[in-house]
Amino acid sequence: MGHAPPAIEAVSWGWRHGGRSTWAVRHLDLVVQPGERVLLLGRSGSGKSTLLAGLAGLFDERGGGESEGQLRVFGEAPATSRSRSGLVLQDPEAQLVMSRAGDDVAFGLENRGVPTDDIWPRVRAALDAVGWAYGPNRPTDQLSGGEQQRLALAGVLALEPDLLLLDEPTANLDPEGAGLVREALARVLDHRATTLVLVEHRVAEWLHLVTRVVVLAAGGGILLDGPPSEVFVGHDELFARHGIWTPDHRGKRPARPLLAPQPESLIVTEQLSAQPPLADRPLFARLDLVVRSAEALAIVGPNGSGKSTLAHLLGGLHRPQAGQVSASEALAPGHAGSSVWQWPARRLVTRIGSVFQDPEHQFLTGRVADELALGPMRGGLPEAEARRRALELAERLHLDAVWEANPFTLSGGEQRRLSVATALATAPRALILDEPTFGQDRRTWDEMLSLLAGLADSGRGVVLATHDRALVEALADRTLHLPLGA
Amino acid sequence: MQLRRPGIANPTAFLPAANAVAKLGAALIVMLVAFLSRDPVTPAILLAGVGLAMTLTGLRVADLVRLVGPLLVAAAILGVLNALLTGTPVGSSPGAVVDRATIGLALGLRVAAIALAGSLALATIDPADLASGLIGHLHVPDRLAIGALASLRLVPILVTEWRTIGLARRARGVDAGRNPVAALRLALGALVTLLVSAIRRASRLALAMDARGFDGRTKRTMARPPRMRLADWLLLAASGALGVAAIAISMALGRWAFIFG
Repeated sequence: MGHAPPAIEAVSWGWRHGGRSTWAVRHLDLVVQPGERVLLLGRSGSGKSTLLAGLAGLFDERGGGESEGQLRVFGEAPATSRSRSGLVLQDPEAQLVMSRAGDDVAFGLENRGVPTDDIWPRVRAALDAVGWAYGPNRPTDQLSGGEQQRLALAGVLALEPDLLLLDEPTANLDPEGAGLVREALARVLDHRATTLVLVEHRVAEWLHLVTRVVVLAAGGGILLDGPPSEVFVGHDELFARHGIWTPDHRGKRPARPLLAPQPESLIVTEQLSAQPPLADRPLFARLDLVVRSAEALAIVGPNGSGKSTLAHLLGGLHRPQAGQVSASEALAPGHAGSSVWQWPARRLVTRIGSVFQDPEHQFLTGRVADELALGPMRGGLPEAEARRRALELAERLHLDAVWEANPFTLSGGEQRRLSVATALATAPRALILDEPTFGQDRRTWDEMLSLLAGLADSGRGVVLATHDRALVEALADRTLHLPLGA
Repeated sequence: MQLRRPGIANPTAFLPAANAVAKLGAALIVMLVAFLSRDPVTPAILLAGVGLAMTLTGLRVADLVRLVGPLLVAAAILGVLNALLTGTPVGSSPGAVVDRATIGLALGLRVAAIALAGSLALATIDPADLASGLIGHLHVPDRLAIGALASLRLVPILVTEWRTIGLARRARGVDAGRNPVAALRLALGALVTLLVSAIRRASRLALAMDARGFDGRTKRTMARPPRMRLADWLLLAASGALGVAAIAISMALGRWAFIFG
């Protein structure tokens, strides 16, 4: 046998999605040999996911996109070599097809026309390979996010791919879930000489699994390429400028002001409990908690422990099943002790701001300018005053450049800043955020940290429901741990 | 999460273990006979048969009551209302009163038979089994059946999302209070948000399915090919026999009436 073709060969490759004027990836020259394990880095929008989808053979020009240059996988066009590559995506909910674990792993095998008798042994082998703890009949909707991603990995492994493509497989997971996925992947790589291309923002935990790091430049081409021991040495400034995580990047909280405002209590919970319908045990029970001004309070705990539910209750968004969430005199002068969920929405937003995990859930208008002015106007400010405040906020959060844009067309980082800005527009004393750094690159992450620190320092009460340990370490004055199933 | 069907306590009971297409066929036979018969005797016999089938579902009694209770109440209300409001036999002579009662009774029993047969089938059919049954026995194109199955998985996710969008709007200072017009306008806006998100989710799911080879290039095989066993043929035969017997007994009593007659 002659010379084996490289696993991946890109020659000034580029891809433009249908309907877009700019190229998602351009001028890419890259050769990856079989067996290499590549960590692919780059700031949001540098085309990492596009490259993975291209390698998986998911693009064709009939869909309206356009390519340039050449991309080959094992010497063939990616669409032709499709059966040799396997792709795991970020969102576990969006890639499980079947309601039973074993059926889901079998799905890919059925599609490839594997005879029925050969399917189940391969399903079992793939489940074993990821360390699956349950039987094949486990319903997929009863799995944690980490378990779902393990299952998705098994579904791809059952197809025995020579090229494994992982697009931020742990971005949606809590640290425990992310650990499950890394452990499963480490197991797989111990037993197979699979070529790996991995995209992840937070790099430290993955370094022991990869042999090479490739950093994509935002404008096209490659910024850095080499073994981890070389790429991360002496390039701190370059990584910072491009907004890319390095293994030892720790956020630093801006210095606190010398004359910090005195903390006072804002929101008080008494004997607060929550139990989802059909669940056999409460998320949390009889919780007594005080949200104070001039303080950042972190609520942490695994997925499913009730962080979001608690954030919604503190935000006065719905009625608690048991217990009280009430306002202090400092939060609502003249309304001390009243239940926050009973307030009309327009009063609520001038006192407590809530920022949801997915910014798009909160957008109500077709223009950033209108989005920012909406809250103040509903709170009773005259239009001119509301517009003035909106512009001021847009400048402070660097949204003035997209002032006229539709919120749904903004980048992930811009959407995140806009959702925080809309909550701040009505000048609430308490701000409650659900996973504010979820899926953000380093640049947005750093911005979010200094913004939230500034809010706490200026006397606001900041509550974060998050599983971002780095953020909690850098920012939180106080931390509440919610265990799974209190 | 909220749309979960009742858990089947005993999955090896006759109906949960039976072939999905056979169950669907058996239910459709009962539903069709109940639909076509205008008299009270036929649906009463059908209901007795469906009542027997309830013992084969493997459901806990409490779950069974929760499943069929509301349907029976609804059917009873419908029957009573129809008896009171029907326009056909005019007057308050004893004969007219009996006629009214019969019309109401017949309608209530028919609705109950149709609803119960359908809900027993739905409660004991696993959607994945139905999809493979439709592909295997009835030669439904697999792109269609598997696609429908996959989109079914998104339904509970969208229900949760709908609730979240409602909360997110309150967090923006927008709620309807007691104004129904504002509530409608808000719901329409939230629906657009939900639709945008549903389309994104669906296209991501389609991408993930494509990446796992669901592209129509290869003839698919089945991990669990559906089989029609003797018991499944018996189920179909029993359902057919129940339908024939119901009509025959009703005819022997001189009561049977065809819906279009």
